[in-house]
Amino acid sequence: MESPSQISSELQVESVFAPTAVAVKELSKTFKGVSALRSVSMNIHQGEMVALVGASGSGKSTLLRNVNGLQQADTGAVEIFGSPLQVDGSFHSKVRQLRSQIGFIFQQFNLVNRLTALENVLVGRLAQVAPWRSLIRSFTREEKLQALAALERVGILNQAHKRASALSGGQQQRVAIARCLMQGAKIILADEPIASLDPDSARKVMELLTSLNQEQGITVITSLHQVQVVQRYFQRSIALRQGEVCFDGATVDLDGDRLTRIYGSAVEELVMSGHAEVFAG
Amino acid sequence: MSNSNFDSFNPTAYTNSVESSSVVSPEVLKTLAQEKPLITPMRIFWAVVAIAILIHTGEISDLSFGELFEGRGRMVTYISGYWFPDFTDSGLPRLSGECPSKYISAPFLFNLQLCIPTAIEGYVFDIIQTVGMGIWGTLISAIVAIPLSIIAAENVAPFFVVFIIRIFLGAMRVINEFVFALIFIVAVGLGPFAGVLALFVHTTGTLGKLFSEAIEEIEPGPVDGIRATGASKLQEVIFGVLPQVLPLWTSYTLYRFEANIRSAAVLGLVGAGGIGLTLFQSMRSFQNQKVAAILILLTITVVGIDTISAKIRQRLV
Ligand SMILES: Nc1ncnc2c1ncn2[C@@H]1O[C@H](COP(=O)(O)OP(=O)(O)OP(=O)(O)O)[C@@H](O)[C@H]1O
Ligand SMILES: [Mg+2]
Repeated sequence: MESPSQISSELQVESVFAPTAVAVKELSKTFKGVSALRSVSMNIHQGEMVALVGASGSGKSTLLRNVNGLQQADTGAVEIFGSPLQVDGSFHSKVRQLRSQIGFIFQQFNLVNRLTALENVLVGRLAQVAPWRSLIRSFTREEKLQALAALERVGILNQAHKRASALSGGQQQRVAIARCLMQGAKIILADEPIASLDPDSARKVMELLTSLNQEQGITVITSLHQVQVVQRYFQRSIALRQGEVCFDGATVDLDGDRLTRIYGSAVEELVMSGHAEVFAG
Repeated sequence: MSNSNFDSFNPTAYTNSVESSSVVSPEVLKTLAQEKPLITPMRIFWAVVAIAILIHTGEISDLSFGELFEGRGRMVTYISGYWFPDFTDSGLPRLSGECPSKYISAPFLFNLQLCIPTAIEGYVFDIIQTVGMGIWGTLISAIVAIPLSIIAAENVAPFFVVFIIRIFLGAMRVINEFVFALIFIVAVGLGPFAGVLALFVHTTGTLGKLFSEAIEEIEPGPVDGIRATGASKLQEVIFGVLPQVLPLWTSYTLYRFEANIRSAAVLGLVGAGGIGLTLFQSMRSFQNQKVAAILILLTITVVGIDTISAKIRQRLV
């Protein structure tokens, strides 16, 4: 089997010339006086696949939630394709429109349990749906076909009419990815998308994200705990340590020393744990 | 002593095996000593206060179980006056030697006739009206409570809106249906509509509060998921909040419906429609056998509706 890092090596070169998809500029955020992000800056080009790593509490989730404006920072800015999404703690008026271009995948899936898989995917289109139509939860045939196609793309078309709560974790996460496709997302932010999944589902989800990145050129930023997964699927990694960027570069350069600095003494445990048996090699 | 608990539990064995061996660390003993005592001066104080309140309020509400006991003879005489229930005015089909006009008569055994009323009338009419008042009072209030509860939920609306709506809902809730009925009778006249309005106002207050509490209990995750797609606030509520609360809301509404039927049954006492008026009139004219018939029919209706509604609620949650 060809390793993804070989496939995407050309993309990496290209991406230097590609336009910037996500620009984070000196973003800082505190929770009740406790610093979660300290002047974080990063630049991610269109079509890149970037891993966000760091110990628990280092600020990965906070950073991702700030990028699509689920949270507001105190200072600094986030720009999506050059348009400001938030600047110094206030959202731009177009925040909803920018958000609709950014898919978000959560560790706990965050689907609406009582809606079907299909309805959960259709939700991805809400930003374009007229208010009166969403009031009665009505979607057009066209939209439904598109949603079903998205479910087919992620491989769970046969689950379309089941309630989300009746799906396995791996299937729910794929519904969440289908929702991103329905959104027409050009960027997907994934916050520990495989942390709640069994090894096999985790592998499927990672491969799905990788193929969306390679085939559709969707920019993917994923926070992860499993070092093997990062090494296997991501060319570029950004590491956070106590809310600060402490590494930004090629994943291959994340050697033992650097990992120890990022994770502290827990590094042994991290490298050995996770879904090593499935992803190694 | 700190080890008295152990003693009462297992006198020698436990003390020997745990206390004397080195298994128990000093920290453990210290933690045990920190266990809060059952009886404290504070608790004694509050117990005395509670008893004093009970005694005083009992006195001023003329609690006298002795009197109740002495009056038992009169009670028995009075209650025996309820026997045998008189269903003449009930509006139900009945057996009789001869049917009054407006009844269809069908021959029955011996020389009895089965008399079937040609119109919905009597207690049957009153009870249907009572149930109807309950249905409409509940339905309108549920519809009005939905938007109110959304803006009364702390996790949806800004603080000052929540605060104002809560006061509003509280006012609707604390005032009894009877008081509202008396007010609405002035506005729309005697009759069931005043009752419906009274139920509506009171129930809106109750459901508004229950609905908004249900909203405050939802999982925030799915709503985040909807927000992340670029959806508007209204869409977040429709797709993220409502699906989560609908089962509970329906359950609360059915529960209030049951309660409203019971309330509607007595609203007639103040002239606001339903079976209450007939009940009241029969009581005033000492037609106790008719009162008995009404109470029996009312009990059957209420128990029936409670049972059905409880079944539906079970399925929902
Ligand atoms: N809503 C919040 N309220 C208060 N503090 C928060 C909140 N969210 C995050 N924090 C704090 O901000 C810091 C960064 O948290 P964050 O969740 O971003 O870390 P993380 O890298 O995602 O960790 P994990 O790997 O455990 O998910 C932590 O110290 C955390 O306690
Ligand atoms: Mg996190």
